[in-house]
Amino acid sequence: MSYNPFSLEGKTILVTGAAGGIGRATSIECAKLGAKLVLTDINETGLTETKALLEGEGHECVSADLTSQEALDDLVNSLPMLDGFVSNAGVTKPTPVKMISKEALERIMSINTYGPIYLTQRLLKKKKFNANASLVFTVSIGGVYTTAPGNAMYGASKGALQVFVRNVALEGAPRIRCNSVNPGMVNTNLAGRAYSDDDKAKDMETYPMKRYGEPRDVALAIVYLLSDASSWVTGHSLIIDGGKTLY
Amino acid sequence: MNMEIKEFIEHFAEQFDETDISEFKPETVFHDLEEYTSLIALSIILMVDEEYSVTIDGNEMKSCVTIEDLFNLVQKKAEQ
Repeated sequence: MSYNPFSLEGKTILVTGAAGGIGRATSIECAKLGAKLVLTDINETGLTETKALLEGEGHECVSADLTSQEALDDLVNSLPMLDGFVSNAGVTKPTPVKMISKEALERIMSINTYGPIYLTQRLLKKKKFNANASLVFTVSIGGVYTTAPGNAMYGASKGALQVFVRNVALEGAPRIRCNSVNPGMVNTNLAGRAYSDDDKAKDMETYPMKRYGEPRDVALAIVYLLSDASSWVTGHSLIIDGGKTLY
Repeated sequence: MNMEIKEFIEHFAEQFDETDISEFKPETVFHDLEEYTSLIALSIILMVDEEYSVTIDGNEMKSCVTIEDLFNLVQKKAEQ
């Protein structure tokens, strides 16, 4: 049976933060569903590893620092026309408010908020999107739906990004769509090792599904938003959190 | 008490708001302090990074029982 409303056959999709975690899982699933990928990340080794995991031919890697205006220009100028864009690169540094430093805040905002905004701006300005293209931003439940101790900088960066997503959806319609996925805690290297295994085990208990997410759990939601199956969905925040926000 | 651990304890105590300064001694079992939370643990991890350029993770924090244990860990890692 070949019926598949989630097929990405014939689509070219740009993924940022493709060297690991949700970006890697998304790239793998998109390739399986027939898409041609352009992978970008600052981590060149991780990018090459991701590319080696992709089914099909014609995928490309472009290593780029998305906090650099010149790198963004070079990236956008090198791109083919796009049917999908997954803005996924992100960082965090768990920090109590009173310990926030200019350096840490500027780094988080540059990567999580300004980078995605400037990249989207350039993709639109350079008319890189085909009609019916779909933009998907990895936001978070953090900052938008939940608060957690030490999460102020990350939450602020993602809260701002969520507002941006809704505005792009409005301005982009009816030609292109723009949505977000809002994951709870996912098993990636994002949060680093600041929390102990005991703390993580306790935190996991606050998830009704009793586990953290896997990158693929989020990747498949991104696939839905990229595919024509979601062609009447725009400006939406798709929560994928094992029920965390039910409380 | 030598100077170094005295200074370490001062930095450690700075992360707390309510606990009396007299509570902070090398032998203090800091996980048992009423005010100690995961947020204060994060503050201590960041303080150690800023003051001593040493990265400690959540599991290492958990494995230290007294303030002196943590001081010894930081000193050991600083020498590496």
